[in-house]
Order: sequence, then structure tokens, then C-alpha cells
Amino acid sequence: MADEKRLMKGNEAIAEAAIRAGCKAYFGYPITPQNELTAYMAKNMLDKKRIFIQAESEVAAINMVYGAAATGARTMTSSSSPGMSLKQEGISYACGADLPCVLVNVARSGPGLGGISPGQGDYFQSTRGGGHGDYYHIVLAPKSVQEAADLTYEAFDLADKWRMPAMILADGLIGQMMEGVVLPSARDPASLPKKAWAAGHRAGTSREANHITSCWLVPEELEQNNIKRYRRYDEVKRAEVRFEEVNTEKAELIFVAYGTSSRVCLGAVEMAKKLGIELGLFRPISLWPFPDKRLAELAAKGKKFLTVEMSMGQMVEDVRLAVNGKAEVLFYGRCGGVIPSEEEVLAEARRILGK
Amino acid sequence: MTEKTFMAGFGGQGVISLGMLWVYCAMKEGLEVTFFPFYGAEKRGGIARASVIVSDREIASPLVTSPDSCIVMNMDSLPICEEVAKQGGVMIINSSLVKNGTMRADVKAIEVACNDIAEKIGDPKIANMVMMGALSKVTGAVTLGKLEAVLKTFFPESKHKFIPLNMAAIEAGRAAV
Repeated sequence: MADEKRLMKGNEAIAEAAIRAGCKAYFGYPITPQNELTAYMAKNMLDKKRIFIQAESEVAAINMVYGAAATGARTMTSSSSPGMSLKQEGISYACGADLPCVLVNVARSGPGLGGISPGQGDYFQSTRGGGHGDYYHIVLAPKSVQEAADLTYEAFDLADKWRMPAMILADGLIGQMMEGVVLPSARDPASLPKKAWAAGHRAGTSREANHITSCWLVPEELEQNNIKRYRRYDEVKRAEVRFEEVNTEKAELIFVAYGTSSRVCLGAVEMAKKLGIELGLFRPISLWPFPDKRLAELAAKGKKFLTVEMSMGQMVEDVRLAVNGKAEVLFYGRCGGVIPSEEEVLAEARRILGK
Repeated sequence: MTEKTFMAGFGGQGVISLGMLWVYCAMKEGLEVTFFPFYGAEKRGGIARASVIVSDREIASPLVTSPDSCIVMNMDSLPICEEVAKQGGVMIINSSLVKNGTMRADVKAIEVACNDIAEKIGDPKIANMVMMGALSKVTGAVTLGKLEAVLKTFFPESKHKFIPLNMAAIEAGRAAV
């Protein structure tokens, strides 16, 4: 039976969804604006006989995640921008060792210590493999508290299915605001599929040791390993692209935006409609894999694009790569923790269209 | 129907609770809601603000930049609300603490002496609930019909004895506009 609709903060909804998805071990370190997530886990994981550790640092937390994931447990860590930077080495190792885990970034404004207000300046870091070496991982961007819960729940399945980390890239507004949410049903961790590749459990099975590592000192072996992983990436690109479209068929100009800025753009689309101007919204939900094919189709129809981000312009590069010169791609951004208003985004669209 | 409300007051006046209860009731009335608070690091005395939207359809930006209604709980909040208030919008002013009214002639200003009314009922702390009663009556966006049940889940059991007082404050706020 579906749960009753509850009023929750984004951070808390992410935490509860993770618990319901069967997260067996959470490791975190406090940072604003994601603290409610760690606090919720502290309050609720131990009662359920699961593991909660407030690590001594972000670096320790991600390495604990690596260890838990290696044993086959569903595991998660969360942080905000500067903390996610610290975790990148561990994320690279997890990707190199093909370890599934869920990473949550409730992003704030940067660079450096930056500010504690919402930001989208971590797009490059999240979608390009923010650590060293050749790798990617799944990145999902929720636009609401409901979607934050749903995508977190799903991220655990995707991580297991593709044996790679899956990241939720939210921002401080999604984390801090309250909305109604119907939570997904709770899963018993014991009912989850067994992972034959996992380390440990040898006493019960008497099987050969499973060796989990990202270290390959013979160049040809490492190359083969990477090539194999990139074949898997190709499959992920075919199977896991997610996006939402609003009024893209009629629109002369299409906003491309994710997360909080997509909500702002949706408001501008609605305001434009009242003025008799047709605008559209293309919202990537999976930032990696990026929905490039659909954008290319829209570009071929002669659409113009205005990418709106709470950054100086990062996803706009993926939009340009996707349309490959077939359409004009413009950019509007606010940064430093400033959230653009529906009015200013609409004004920019009208300026471009001369309407 | 979409009602965007911008609420402001000083920390401790219950602005955040007001916003939270407003959307909680709206959700129970079947509406889409979003509540985004922003306040300083101070425990008391900083300015507390909230962007609050209730709607019968999907809500676009959670940030209220052009509010249909503003709630002004104290003097310092008045210029902040005057800056954002929408032309033709409503501004409900706590006249117990805001003596001079608004300079904006293009908004519909409504004065409610929240603190005085609350004190008369028995507790100045429920001035925010007086304001919520007024907001409900003026906007019609949320009836607050489910408030009593919501308060039962909002407060721990030991505080349930204060629920009649809160309900009286809502009624008094309604009657004041």
C-alpha cells in the first residue's frame, strides 16, 4: 500500500528513501546544507540495526563506503560541494573497482569554501569523473522533494545493476525546502539480489576469494579493464537516459535546465504562455548519461536553446556538444548562491526572441 | 489557484512554524505545496523569512519573487516585503509591532494587531497563529479545516493542551479582517 503524503525536507526525504531502498551502511561527515540528511541517518539507522558512522573526515567516509560496497552491502555517503571534492579520490577508486554505492551532493555555491546557498557549479565535477583517471558514474538530478526521494531509491538499483557509483546531484534549495512526498515502500535488505562478486562471506561458501581492486600494474591488463568498463558505459547510455519535456514541440525557444533552475524555467514557460509566447523546457534528469540524442532531434527541428544554470555555465557545454552546431545555444546563469527569478529568466528569453 | 506568500519576521516570532503549518494544512486539503525557509545563524533575533507556495497544480519555482501576499510580522520586515510585494497584492501587517503602515500605495494593506490579540487570548507567543487566521480569511487559499489534526502531529503529546489556545488564535485572526 502506498504511504500517506508527508511534508518533508529534501534532505530528510533522501535519507528516508535510502533507508527504504535497503541502505545497510551510511558514512558521513557534517556540512551545510546537507546536515539534516546525516542527522536523519544518525537518528534512524541504528534502530534498524544498520550501520551509521560519522567519520572523522569526508575522505574517511568515502573509503568506508568503498569497504562496505566491497562486501556487497548497499551503502551511501552524502556531503556538499567542498566535501564532495574531498571524496573524489575515493570515488575514482570505487569506479576503478566497479563498486556500486550511492553518493549524494546537496550542492552549494563555490569555488573554494564558497557559500552555503544553493549552487549548480559542481556539474563538471559530477559528470566528468571528478577524480583522476578514465571513468564516469551515473548522475541523477532531482527537481523536487518527491523526485529526490524517488531518484535516491532508484539510484541504489542502478548502482547495483551497472556496478558503479550513482550520484544524486541536488542543491541546497532541494535539500532545505519542504514539499509533500509519498515515499517508496520499504525493502528488506535480505531480499535484495546477492552479489556473487562481493568480498567476504567465504566461511559460509568455501569459494575462492573475490579480489576487488582498482590496481592493475600491467598496462595491457589495465587497458583491457578500462575498455570493458567503457563498453558498459555505452550500455548505460543506451538504457538509462532520463529527461522531461514541457511544450518543446510548439516552442520557438527551449530552456535547458536541471534541478532548481528547471523549476524557475518552468515558471517562465507558464508566464510566457499568458503573454502568447511559446517557450519550452527540456530538463535532463540523468546528467550522466546526458540526453544528447533527444536534444539533437530538437535541434534538427530548428529550435533555439537557452541553457539556464546556477553557475557560470557548465551543462551548456553538453548542450552544445549534443546539438553539434545544428542550433543556436545561448546561456543565462546566476551564481554565488543566487537563484534566478522566473521574471528575469523570462526577460532574457524575450530579449533573445525580440518579443 | 496558486497563492505565493512571502513571510518575514524576527527569529522567535514563529514565522517558520507559521509557514510550515500553512503548507501542512494545504497539503492535507489536497494542494501542492512548497516551503523554503531562510534565516540567519542566530538562535533568536535574526530575520526569519519564508517562501511559501500552495497551488492546485504543479509548482514551478519554489522561490517567491513576486508574492500574491506578504506577511509582515515586525518593523524590520516591512522594507523587505515592500521591495518584493506584487502590484495589487495583499500585505498583512502585524500592527502591534509595525506602527507606520506601508509606503506602497499599490498593494492592499491589511492591519492586524497580532500581538495584542494574542495577549488578550492568553499568550503573546501565538501572534503567528492570529496572523495565519487572517491569512486564511484574506486569501481563501487554505481553509485550515484540518489544522487541529495537523497540530496533533506537529506538537508532541505534552503540548497538546495548547491546541485550543492555538485554535482560538486562528479564529480571532479570522475575525480581525
